[in-house]
Amino acid sequence: MFRNQYDTDVTTWSPTGRLFQVEYAMEAVKQGSAAIGLRSRSHVVLACVNKAQSELSSHQRKIFKVDDHIGVAIAGLTADGRVLSRYMRSESINHSFTYESPLPVGRLVVHLADKAQVCTQRSWKRPYGVGLLVGGLDESGAHLYYNCPSGNYFEYQAFAIGSRSQAAKTYLERRFESFGDSSREDLIKDAILAVRETLQGETLKSSLCTVAILGVDEPFHFLDQEAIQKVIDTFEKVPEEEEGDEAGEGEAEAAAVAPAEQGGAGAGDQDVAPMEM
Amino acid sequence: MTFTIQIENGTEVRNAEADSQRTLYPYVTGTSVVAIKYKDGVLMASDMGGSYGSTLRYKNIERMKAIGKHSLLGASGEISDFQEILRYLDELTLNDNMWDDGNSLGPKEVHNYLTRVMYNRRNKFNPLWNTLVLGGVKNGEKYLGMVSMIGVSFEDNHVATGFGNHLARPILRDEWREDLGFEEGVKLLEKCMRVLLYRDRSAINKLQIAKMTEEGVTVSEPYSLKTFWEFKAFTNPTVGAEGSW
Repeated sequence: MFRNQYDTDVTTWSPTGRLFQVEYAMEAVKQGSAAIGLRSRSHVVLACVNKAQSELSSHQRKIFKVDDHIGVAIAGLTADGRVLSRYMRSESINHSFTYESPLPVGRLVVHLADKAQVCTQRSWKRPYGVGLLVGGLDESGAHLYYNCPSGNYFEYQAFAIGSRSQAAKTYLERRFESFGDSSREDLIKDAILAVRETLQGETLKSSLCTVAILGVDEPFHFLDQEAIQKVIDTFEKVPEEEEGDEAGEGEAEAAAVAPAEQGGAGAGDQDVAPMEM
Repeated sequence: MTFTIQIENGTEVRNAEADSQRTLYPYVTGTSVVAIKYKDGVLMASDMGGSYGSTLRYKNIERMKAIGKHSLLGASGEISDFQEILRYLDELTLNDNMWDDGNSLGPKEVHNYLTRVMYNRRNKFNPLWNTLVLGGVKNGEKYLGMVSMIGVSFEDNHVATGFGNHLARPILRDEWREDLGFEEGVKLLEKCMRVLLYRDRSAINKLQIAKMTEEGVTVSEPYSLKTFWEFKAFTNPTVGAEGSW
């Protein structure tokens, strides 16, 4: 995508029927550090890569609790992500107060998508530069949605967004059919393995990732570092020779050392703007 | 809205015109509603009368209505306010259906919504002059609750409004059981309604009984109770009462 005369305003169409500002907003999502979500019939796991500005600073929080039964992971402009998380919390709590019942996640994402769409049709606004992976429960079980700056939303069994997310997506694509009936522990393991894919060579440590889970009988909460490290230890100790069901990983690792898919975030990450995490 | 135009001796004099904008007294009223949980769900009974003060003016008012797939609302008090509440709930259920997403409003959600509405109106000194009974079954769970015109709200195994609180609930406290069958439940409600018929002068002998179960909500056709007026206490009510005639 190169600079052209139709990309100044969000309210200007290109002759080929594109809104470039909206597409540029989606680029911002690709620059943020990875966020991954997967779901079974009863649980949703959200995981993300912790990225710190420098060694001196702490990492930015990318996963937020919206309610006991809804959580969100963001990638892109974290500031936009925080504002939208606050909106989601507000909607959720207002619904709880009026109906004393949890807001179905499917309805929350529609409100969110409609809010994002407004920013694509006002000349004095700009689209939100953040992608949201919303995991939550409603009457029909556990759901995972992806909300886009364009105002679209999609439901997924598993998804990854942000930089180097293609590696994680490839891993998830191979395994997603079994997620529906996965146990809670297997789901967490798959999430951490997917995070590992995005690190591409860097050793996976519990300090590098944040994992959160919610389920039918389990309110949203973060897993602590020890629990994450325990899961990592089950597969990181023997990286080359794996057990039967993880044999696939050995081959995948070799295949996943592929050249970077999205532009921008290379090995150095010096091209990432400071506001995007 | 009320406007204060003068402050005299610390009392506020309200503009009469503004007072016509808020409910001061009820005009056409319904009397008691009685409801109980039973083995398969919830039963509710009410008569079909609408009184205009002391006149039993309207004899065909349905004071119980189904809300959505899972709930039933019964009301006593001002009939026009009940109709207004039905309009609010109509809009609510319509929007809920338009989502078309497999989620639906259950009795708990409707009860809490009504509690908010009633309480907010009370805070504006413009109440909906009703006591509402909300019952229903969703996902196997039985629900029965009540909201008053000032927003007092609670759930219980058996509830009643108005005179029903004084005449029916004592009977229910003695005779209600968790595992009442349908026929037993109806008989128990009829016993309560008969006492109300004898003793509540705004009651009429034309009632409906509604049943809420997992399968759905139904309201029976109107029917009347058999009454007996030859009790000695009725034929000669003042015998034994000193000073009565």
